[in-house]
Amino acid sequence: MTTTTTTTAAPAETVLDARGVTMRFGGLTAVKNVDLTVRSGEIVGLIGPNGAGKTTFFNCLTGLYIPTEGEVRYKGTVLPPKSFKVTSAGIARTFQNIRLFNNMTVLENVLVGRHTRTKEGLWSALLRLPGFHKEEAASREKAMELLEFIGLAHKAEHLARNLPYGEQRKLEIARALASDPGLILLDEPTAGMNPQETRAAEELIFAIRDKGIAVLVIEHDMRFIFNLCDRVACLVQGEKLIEGTAGEVQSDERVVAAYLGEPFEGAPGAEEVAEVEAAEAHAEEDHEAEAPADTPADDTPADDDTPAADSTTSTTTDGEAK
Amino acid sequence: MTSTTTDITTKAATGDGIALPEKAARALATGGGALTVISCFLAWTWTAAYPGNLTVYGYPGGLQWLVLVSGALTTLFGLSSYGIKGLKWLTPGGADAAVKFAALATLWTTLFTAWSISDTLGGLVNLEPGGFVAVAAALATYLGARALPFERPVLDPADPEDSTWEQYKHNARNRREIVKAAYAAKAPAPAKPLPAWAEILVIAAVLGVALGVFTYGITTPYQELFIGFLITAGFGFAALHKAGLIARFTTLTARHRNVALVGAFVAAAAFPLTQTDDQYATLGVNILIFATVALGLNIVVGLTGLLDLGYVAFLGVGAYTAALVSGSPNSPFGVHLPFWAAILLGALASMVFGVLIGAPTLRLRGDYLAIVTLGFGEIFRISMNNMDGKSGPDITNGPNGIAGVPNVNLFGFDFGAAHTIAGFTIGRFANYFLLMLAITFIVVMVFRRSAESRIGRAWVAIREDETAAEAMGINGFRVKLIAFALGATLAGLAGAVQAHVNYTVTPDQYVFANAVPPNSAFLLAAVVLGGMGTISGPLVGGALLFLIPNKLQGMGDLQLFAFGVALIVLMRLRPEGIIPNRRNQLELHKDLEAPTVLSKAGA
Repeated sequence: MTTTTTTTAAPAETVLDARGVTMRFGGLTAVKNVDLTVRSGEIVGLIGPNGAGKTTFFNCLTGLYIPTEGEVRYKGTVLPPKSFKVTSAGIARTFQNIRLFNNMTVLENVLVGRHTRTKEGLWSALLRLPGFHKEEAASREKAMELLEFIGLAHKAEHLARNLPYGEQRKLEIARALASDPGLILLDEPTAGMNPQETRAAEELIFAIRDKGIAVLVIEHDMRFIFNLCDRVACLVQGEKLIEGTAGEVQSDERVVAAYLGEPFEGAPGAEEVAEVEAAEAHAEEDHEAEAPADTPADDTPADDDTPAADSTTSTTTDGEAK
Repeated sequence: MTSTTTDITTKAATGDGIALPEKAARALATGGGALTVISCFLAWTWTAAYPGNLTVYGYPGGLQWLVLVSGALTTLFGLSSYGIKGLKWLTPGGADAAVKFAALATLWTTLFTAWSISDTLGGLVNLEPGGFVAVAAALATYLGARALPFERPVLDPADPEDSTWEQYKHNARNRREIVKAAYAAKAPAPAKPLPAWAEILVIAAVLGVALGVFTYGITTPYQELFIGFLITAGFGFAALHKAGLIARFTTLTARHRNVALVGAFVAAAAFPLTQTDDQYATLGVNILIFATVALGLNIVVGLTGLLDLGYVAFLGVGAYTAALVSGSPNSPFGVHLPFWAAILLGALASMVFGVLIGAPTLRLRGDYLAIVTLGFGEIFRISMNNMDGKSGPDITNGPNGIAGVPNVNLFGFDFGAAHTIAGFTIGRFANYFLLMLAITFIVVMVFRRSAESRIGRAWVAIREDETAAEAMGINGFRVKLIAFALGATLAGLAGAVQAHVNYTVTPDQYVFANAVPPNSAFLLAAVVLGGMGTISGPLVGGALLFLIPNKLQGMGDLQLFAFGVALIVLMRLRPEGIIPNRRNQLELHKDLEAPTVLSKAGA
C-alpha cells in the first residue's frame, strides 16, 4: 500500500461519478443502484463473483448499454449514450475477451485508437492537404511512443493476430491509451496470464497511473487487485456490497462469503443438505434467466461454493423483479 | 508407424505410373518443351478452314503461337533448373514446380488445339503429322515434368477399421496432399537490390509484356484462340508464380509504387495506339467502365466490409443524370450541359442517392444490409421503368430509355470523331477509352489515398470488429456512410461516361443479375474474384469477367454455367482472389507462415 500515499497528497478531482446505475434486462436486474466514484490518479478495483454484473456495469459506463436508471458523469458532465462519444469524452476501455483488429498491424491498431483525437477527414486524405502529412506523422509518432511504452515497438509491423496472448492484452491497452483518456477501464487485464506476465501487467498499470490516468479495473486475481488498488468495490448479484481500501474489503466477511460461501454452523444435518439442494435447484433456474444478461466468464472460483453464494442472494433479486 | 507411411508414399509414387530417374525426367521435360516449340513450325492440319491457318510449314499461326510460347516457357524453366548461368534469375523460387505448370500449359493448349481441329473439321484424320508430333512432344514434356522428384509429405494411412466411405475420403485427402506437394514451391529468396534505374526498367519491361498479353487476349478474333489464350495464360501465370517471378515483381512495384502506377497507366493508354480500327477499343472502354465500377465497389465491400448487392444502381444514377442533361432528344429537360458539368452532376446525384439509401440501411449489419441494398437496386430499375409519363412522371422515357445521347465535346475536342495524333489514328471508342482511363486513374488515386488515411483505417477497423471500433471512438454509422457515398460517387463518374459511350441508357442495363456484365452480381464477383481490398484485384477480375462472356458468346447459356463452376473452383482453391490482399490471405489460409511482417499490405 505504498502507492496510496503518493496519490492522496494531490488534490483529487472526481473523474468518474456513477450514481444509482441500474441496468435491467426485462425482469432481470443485472446491476442495481450502484454508486462509484473514481478520482484522478486513483486505481480502483471492481471485484465480485462471476455473473455479479461487473462487465455489465462497465458496459453501462462506456455507452455500450444505456443504463435503465441512474447517470454517469465524467468530470462533471453526463456521458452521452454512444460508445464512440464516451471514448472521445475521455473514457477508454479494453475488453474481457480481447477484441483487437486482428488483420491490422500492431501500429495500425494503435492508430485506430488515435481516431477520436485526430480530425483529418476524407477531403484532406484525398487531396493530401498540407495538414494531412503533418497530422499523420504526429499520430504515428504518438502511436510509436505508446508502443515503446508497453514494449511492443519492435513488433509495430506485425499483424495483431500473430502476437502472443499477453502481448495482445498489452496492445489492447495501448490502443485504449491512444485516445488520450482521463480514465481507462480494464476488463480482466490479466485473465489467462502467468504470474510473471501478471506482475508485468501490474507494473504497466502503475505506469499508466503515473501518466495521470485514472484506472478502473475488473479482476479475479485477488493478489493482483489488493496489490494494485487504492480502493476496491465488490459487486455481488448486481449490488455494491462494500467499497473501501484493500484491507477493509479483504477482511470483510460478506465478501468472503460471497466468494467462498458461508461456513456452516455446526455439523451439516440432513435438513441443511436438503436446504442446500433446494437452493441449488433454485439457483439453476435463476441462472437460466440470467444467462442472456451476463457475459460468460472464463474462470470460476471453487465450483462447490458458488451455488451457495447464489442462493443466498437470489431471493433478493426475485423480490426485485416483482 | 514410419514403415507404414513409407509404404503409403511408395505406393502413391508407383500409383502415379511415372517412374523415371531424375536426370531422364528433367531431360525429357526440357527436350519435350523444345520439341513442342519446333513442332509449331510444322503444319498441323491440311486446310485453312480451321481459323488461324495452321497449314503453313515454317511459320506458326493462331493457336500454334500459344503452344510455342508455353513450350518455350517450359524449356526455359527446364534449362534454368540445370543451373545454367544467365538463366538462374528465371527461377528464384525453384524451377521444378514452374516446369510442371509450364508443362501443363503446353499439354493442355496442345490437346485443346488438336481436339478443336478434329472437332471443327470432323475427325482426327484432319490432323497432319505435325499435329501428332506436337501432341506427342507435349505429352512427353508433361510426363517428364510429372516424374520430377519432389518432397513427399508424410501421410497417415487410413484407419482400416473405418467405414469404406471414411477410408475413401481419407485416401482422397492423402492423394490431394501429394498433388499439392508435387506442385509446391518454396518462397523465393529476397533479390539482390539493383540500381533504381534498372529496377524501373524491369518494371517498364514487364508492363510492356503485360500490355502485349492483354492486347493479345482482347484482340483474339475467334473463340478457339481465346480459350487457348485462357489456358496458356492461366497455367503460364501459375508457372511464373511458382518460379517466384511474380513475387519478385511485386517487391519491385512495392518499392517504386508511383512509377509502377504511372507505368501501368501509360501502358494502358498505349493500348488504343496498337489498334488499327475501333473494333477492340469498344471492348477496352467497356472493360474499363466495368473494372472501374468494381474498384469503387471494393471500397464498400473490400475495405469497409459492407455487402452491397445493389451497387449497379449508382452506375445507373450517374448514367441517367448525365444522359438527362446531355441534350438528348428523349430528355424532358432539354438542356445540354458541357460534359464536365454533366459528369460532376452525375457523380453528385449518385452521391446523394448513396446517402439517401445509406442513411436508413447502414444501421443494419451483415445479411440484412445485403438484402436491403438488393431491394434498393431493384427499386431503382423499376422506378426508371415507370417514369414514362403513364405510371409516373415523364422523366426517363420508361423501358425505351434515353436514346441519342450526343458525343462528348470537351473543350472543343470532339470524342465522336477520329483524330490523328502523331501518325496514330484514334477513333471514337479509343477517345472514350482514354477518357475512361483518366476516370480510372482518379478512382485508383481516391482508393489509394483514402485507404491509407485515418478514414481508411477506420473502415478496416469497422470491417474487423464494429463494436470494438466504436469503443475506440469511431462513429461507425458516419464512417460507413462516407464509404457508401464515396463508392456511389465513383460509380456515378463511370456512369456518366457510360451513357455517352453507349448512346443509350435503359433501365435493363442496371439489373441485379444478367448474362452481360455490368450488373450487381458480376460486379461483386469481380471484386471477390480479383481480390478484396486491393487495387489491381478488381481491375483484373473485372477485365476477366467482362472479357470471358464477351469472347465466348458462342457457348450460349452454357457460359453462365461454366462461369458458376469456375467461380466455385476458384473460391475452393484460392478464396482470397487472384490478386490477394496479404491480410486476407493470412486470414483464409491458417496454415501459412504466420509471423510475417506486413508493410503496405496488398493495396
